[in-house]
Amino acid sequence: MNPNLNLWLIPILPLAGAAINGFFGKKSSRRAVNTIALFFSGAAFAMALWIAARWSALSLPYQEFLAHWIRAGSFTVDFTFYLDQLSLVMLLVVTGVGFLIHVYSVGYMHDDPGYYRFFSYLNLFMFFMLTLVLAGNYLQMFIGWEGVGLASYLLIGFWFTKDSAAAAGKKAFIVNRIGDFGFLIALFLLIKHFGSLNFDRVFSATSPMPAETAGAGLLTAIGILLMVGACGKSAQIPLYVWLPDAMEGPTPVSALIHAATMVTAGVYMVSRSHVIFERAPGALMVVAIIGTLTAFFAATIAIAQTDIKKVLAYSTVSQLGYMFMACGVGAFSAGIFHLMTHAFFKGLLFLAAGSVIHAVGGEQDMRKMGGLRRKIPWTFWSMTAATVAIAGIPGASGFFSKDEILWRSYQASWVYWLVGVITALITSFYMFRLWFMTFFGEYRGEAGATHDHMAHGEHGHGGIHESPRVMLVPLVILAVLSLIGGYIGVPGSLGGSDHFDKFLGPVFHSSAPANAGSEAVGEKGVTERTTEGPEPKTGASTELMFTGISVCAAFLGFGLAWLLYYRNPQLPNKIAASLSGGYQTLVHKYYIDELYGALFVRPLINGSTRFLWHDIDQGVIDAAVNDAGEGAWHVSDEVRHMQSGNIRSYAGWIAAGAAVVIAFMIWIGVGR
Amino acid sequence: MVPLSYYLLLSGFLFSCGVLGFLIKRNIITIFMSIELMLNGVNLSFVAFAAHWHALAGQIFVFFVMVVAAAESAVGLAIIIAVYRTRETLNVDQVNLLKL
Amino acid sequence: MNFHLIMFLAFAAVCVGGAVNLLAQRHPINSALSLIAVMGALAGEYLLLGAEFVAAVQVIVYAGAIMVLFVFVIMLLNAGVEQETKGSRVAILLGVPGVLIGGVLVGWVVLRQSGTTDVAIDALPGPPKEIAELLFHNFLLPFEVTSILILIAIMGAVVLASKPEAKPGKVE
Repeated sequence: MNPNLNLWLIPILPLAGAAINGFFGKKSSRRAVNTIALFFSGAAFAMALWIAARWSALSLPYQEFLAHWIRAGSFTVDFTFYLDQLSLVMLLVVTGVGFLIHVYSVGYMHDDPGYYRFFSYLNLFMFFMLTLVLAGNYLQMFIGWEGVGLASYLLIGFWFTKDSAAAAGKKAFIVNRIGDFGFLIALFLLIKHFGSLNFDRVFSATSPMPAETAGAGLLTAIGILLMVGACGKSAQIPLYVWLPDAMEGPTPVSALIHAATMVTAGVYMVSRSHVIFERAPGALMVVAIIGTLTAFFAATIAIAQTDIKKVLAYSTVSQLGYMFMACGVGAFSAGIFHLMTHAFFKGLLFLAAGSVIHAVGGEQDMRKMGGLRRKIPWTFWSMTAATVAIAGIPGASGFFSKDEILWRSYQASWVYWLVGVITALITSFYMFRLWFMTFFGEYRGEAGATHDHMAHGEHGHGGIHESPRVMLVPLVILAVLSLIGGYIGVPGSLGGSDHFDKFLGPVFHSSAPANAGSEAVGEKGVTERTTEGPEPKTGASTELMFTGISVCAAFLGFGLAWLLYYRNPQLPNKIAASLSGGYQTLVHKYYIDELYGALFVRPLINGSTRFLWHDIDQGVIDAAVNDAGEGAWHVSDEVRHMQSGNIRSYAGWIAAGAAVVIAFMIWIGVGR
Repeated sequence: MVPLSYYLLLSGFLFSCGVLGFLIKRNIITIFMSIELMLNGVNLSFVAFAAHWHALAGQIFVFFVMVVAAAESAVGLAIIIAVYRTRETLNVDQVNLLKL
Repeated sequence: MNFHLIMFLAFAAVCVGGAVNLLAQRHPINSALSLIAVMGALAGEYLLLGAEFVAAVQVIVYAGAIMVLFVFVIMLLNAGVEQETKGSRVAILLGVPGVLIGGVLVGWVVLRQSGTTDVAIDALPGPPKEIAELLFHNFLLPFEVTSILILIAIMGAVVLASKPEAKPGKVE
């Protein structure tokens, strides 16, 4: 049997760190605070590694029961933990990248007065994220889900004295909540129809059900509702609007939460629920369409952004779209593969961007950067590695994961593939645009004087300087991972044996529905990539051709960026001027925020102010209380005239009262 | 043989006259006398009922009523004198300081 | 028409007349005298019912002591004719109808209940001996309590009616 792994320790350790730093950090020294934070998150990472080391000794899936929780009649939910290959991948990514970002933050947040608070929140986030990943039932996952939303709110609005930061935190939380509403309804449906939220029970109850190819049924509804929740958490259309605003938070927060871990929770959740999705082709199609649309949409916005972090934010939304596209065509392991590589290179991109911002003294506008590659070489080379990875240049990790997704989506529909390739071109373009604008050409900024920016306070030295070593080491580690991390998923057509897909095989491959026909988009129960599906539009040579096309797209994007931002730097402005309508739309993000504001936010606020506040709260509730008081006053004002001091009037009242009493007593028959 | 109701009617009449006097009159002393009239009316009804039911306790009660009436009139008249000293009037309408 | 009824009606007429006169007179001394007349007539009524002791006490205590006290006070305070001050509307509007209605109702009930039940003349003799036995055996406690009540009343009356002493040399 399975040894007891004490999985519950993995989330609890960072929680302990958060508590200690939260309660005692204010009076502790910087060293104490970061020792506590690093120790507890590092301990979680060490436990994850230890579990990985003992992997072969475990029989999977591994489930652990911690304590009773809810007993309501026949419905029970307990604190349980669940470990299988999928959880292990997520666990390693979350703890590993999380720990590296903790290390980075020691340097980045060094001068911030809220130092201890930052690390407390960061550890708290780790706790919730690990609860989400290791949960054994949907309700516990939901705790983690909501908790990471909370941590995100706290961390985005970390510099809460700044209005825009506080507003961004609020926006993130509220938009997330909208998605959570869908998630909750899905939970209710699960409870109603399956009587449990435990993964084991739900999935074993769902497995024998046939795929709902003939119209929408229960599983389609659950799937779509789960996807609504994922849209909120993972910033897909229509609930992506919080992610760009979330760049108000410190850069390590953007790296951890909005690149590597929290936003991937949606992808994880959809993959975990693959049993449900595989039996609901309608829901899967919705997932794929949303993912594809979002990928393209966000990429187009990123072309025109000038803030380095905003480019990366829209890039994250776009890459998440790829992951959902993969899940939507049934290629769940491809989606998770891309999740992993994305954690590496996007986390690195954000950390490096933070290093750049630190170097130029707080400036985030790329138009004011340039020519930095000689001055901050370590940052430059790490960022290059990440850019190469995300653009899909062959050899780096992003190439393998993105290519896998494109290949699998082609097998569902060429439309997905075409949009995916175009998006890959755009991705390559805007990433290299960022690269050229930041590191090449002449320096267009004003650093040299000391700038005062939020995380760094006053520097005594002027000029552009490289970041301290504590910030550079995580950059280098992530750069190495971005380059070599893809090699565990090399497809067969290129000579590899796709270890990743095989590793996740037991999770995804044995769950296809019984009536999977040629239209169903489930994993076909194969581990060899060359013998898929009844119609072989596949074949190693076809795959290689498509790979070639994606590579061409990547290089084309690089070439365009080189042309516009290195060779002829005046050209972009001319193009923008001539296409000004389209350009303005892109810069203003298709005016979606304004649209939401007009459609939802303002009417809600107006309605709430006018109706709920003035009419109901002040008009009804307050008025009821006030009028009750005033009424009592008026009544007593009338009644007081009875006490006039005049004896005769008292006697008059008594006589009248006596007459009434006598009459009453006669009437009810006393003494009859 | 006089019907009992005659006695009771007389008693009720005396009582009503007492109350009317209390309501109509303005002199404190006259009001006091109306109170005595009320008490007398009640006494009559006590004695009448005692005779009707052959219970001597009714007459004893009359005795007590008289004693209480005596005490009360003594004190009440003393109060009237005290009020007269301060307010210089015997008109009850002018002794109305205890008002809201 | 029997003797009992005639005597009853005679005394009753005096009572009624005295009561009405009490209301009608404007000078309090006239009201006091008519009240004395009422009390005398009531003593007669008591005798008709056989309550000798009560009748005697009525004359001695009520008519003889209490009313005398009233007359003394009237003369002491030199009460004059009643002034016509604007009284209380409530007393007239609410009180008088209230009294009248109450009285009528009570009368109606009385007539209905015991319309023809007769009471004989001298129905319940109440000689002092019987009264005393009842008073000092069964009603001893109320008797003692009322004596204390009288004591308190005396003291209260003395205190209330005494002239306030002028204390020379006391600065307020």
